[in-house]
Amino acid sequence: MTEQALPGLPGGPGGPGDRAEGGLPHPGGTAVVPGRPWRAAGAWLLRRVGSAVFVLWAVATLIFLAIRLIPGDPAEAILGGPGSQASAEALAAARLEYGLDEPLWVQYLSQLGRLATGDLGTSYALRVPVAQLLTEQLPGTLALAAGAWVLAWVLALGLALWSGLGGRGAAVVGSALEIAAASVPHFWLGSVLVLLFSTAWGWLPPVSNGTAAGLVMPIVTLALPLAGFLGQVMRESMLTAMTSPFALSARARGESEAGVVLRHALRHAALPGVALSGWALGSLVSGAVVVESIFARPGLGRTLLQAVTLRDVPLVTGVALVSALAYVVVMALSDLAERAIDPRIRDR
Amino acid sequence: MDDTRLQRGPRRGPRTGPHRSRLREPRRRAGLLRARAAGPVLAALASLFLLLAAVAPGWLAPTDPLAIDPAAAFQAPSAAHWLGTDESGRDIYARIVHGARPSLLIGAAATGLGLGLALVLGLVAGLGGRLLDAGVGRIVEVLLALPGLLLALVFIALAGPGVATTIVAVGLSTAPGYARIIRSQVRSLRGSPMIEAARVLGHSPARILARHLLPNALGPVMVLATLGIGQAVVWASALSFLGLGEAPPAPEWGAMLAAGRTYLGFAWWMTFFPGLAIVATAASSTVLGRALQRRAVAA
Repeated sequence: MTEQALPGLPGGPGGPGDRAEGGLPHPGGTAVVPGRPWRAAGAWLLRRVGSAVFVLWAVATLIFLAIRLIPGDPAEAILGGPGSQASAEALAAARLEYGLDEPLWVQYLSQLGRLATGDLGTSYALRVPVAQLLTEQLPGTLALAAGAWVLAWVLALGLALWSGLGGRGAAVVGSALEIAAASVPHFWLGSVLVLLFSTAWGWLPPVSNGTAAGLVMPIVTLALPLAGFLGQVMRESMLTAMTSPFALSARARGESEAGVVLRHALRHAALPGVALSGWALGSLVSGAVVVESIFARPGLGRTLLQAVTLRDVPLVTGVALVSALAYVVVMALSDLAERAIDPRIRDR
Repeated sequence: MDDTRLQRGPRRGPRTGPHRSRLREPRRRAGLLRARAAGPVLAALASLFLLLAAVAPGWLAPTDPLAIDPAAAFQAPSAAHWLGTDESGRDIYARIVHGARPSLLIGAAATGLGLGLALVLGLVAGLGGRLLDAGVGRIVEVLLALPGLLLALVFIALAGPGVATTIVAVGLSTAPGYARIIRSQVRSLRGSPMIEAARVLGHSPARILARHLLPNALGPVMVLATLGIGQAVVWASALSFLGLGEAPPAPEWGAMLAAGRTYLGFAWWMTFFPGLAIVATAASSTVLGRALQRRAVAA
């Protein structure tokens, strides 16, 4: 049973089995539209792109509305917030420059138009185009997040395999590890790792200095809590699969335990992990903000934090849009991966 | 034919025949049961301590958490200062105990706000027609696309840092997850024979909602809230760790941890113990929540 499936409730609509998307066959599938796989694939792509556009539009609109609803003068925010004591002339000039004297709907439409052409505006604090800042900072965060994601999957799969193969300690070690991982905040874990590996033993640099050694602790810090969560659901799913009728029939056909685990149960263990991909991305993005600030590592997270401190709205909006786009892409990829792993979804 | 071998799943220990393995079975189970019971008991004790610290901090730690004593700065844990002192000679133990109230209050308030918001969204989606359901589903999807801390940071960038902002920010970021669960609860309850019976008996929709739907939907949500408070405390302390929550002189766990990092090289206790308090809070809420969940499954 996955985390979302709640006690005592048969999988009603909206339960984990009921996915809003899905239903269309895999491009290679044969069940629903035999002979016309490309049409199905095209429809799938169209739906995904539509949902991406919708999410990005909604995020941009929400932020636009929030800026106008929250008390405070946007012109003042552009010039450095209420503390800056900008002169009336400077405020008027900023209003004119950013079109703040126009009616709201004109401002809204022109902002949407700019966003649609890929123009994310100019950072209030740094006076640099936001798009340029984001492309500079993205690779560092991507490397960190990708490394952590791979490590988390390796650890979680390893734990699931261990308990599937009947490791006696797996249940006890696993659940203890998972609860610890689930409750250890990134900022404490990172500090303790620095304390041990840099301060006490001097094995690794305490700040991320661009070398491979400097990347080890940030990746481990980011990966461990995620591995705990993933390991929790994957181990549970593995154990359920190992006691299911199909495992019994595989054993009856003379399959070895290792064969049952690898050829049959492993898919079931991986599925909830894949289904949690969107959530995992969220955990990586949230964690990256903290980890990059702990290890003084340049990246999107640290840029975002600085932008929040300076109340640099265009830059914050830019990071939010990039993250939302990443979420939509990851959801699409995880949908594909689920179809590849689980024939039941493919043939539905 | 020995079919236990087939059904037992993963084989444990050497294959010594069915008799021996059957004999071993009860012992292993007893051990697991004991381990399972120990977790919730420990968690309950930790929660009790935290609640006590939040209600009556002076009783657990008579020392003033704000009293500075420069002569006693950076003292390692000792009999006089159980968990050491910070850069101004303030007692870390007293500060952690006094920090429990703001941390738990922020966590509880944020969880309450998130649940309230989720309840509205979940009920609207669960009881409304297809259009309303789809509309709320879209809102939730957009909120989910902005992961927890990011949503909180965007909100803080717009509204400015502070305790109230922290509560709203964390509450907002937990709401979409709860909303999904409440919606699916309400949806599956709506078609249940119990509700149908109430409708046939002529109860008004309001009465059905208040007497039948809400109590049944709220049970599992309360379990989630237990799980969620710990997480909310972690997020709130993450925000103050990043310098966006409570201001430094106040005894707040995340802020204490951030302050201690400057002196990590020689005063590890300044970072280690506040973090341990956060971990203990989150872990005990997780363990208690899971125990409640298991009980709900068993019932």
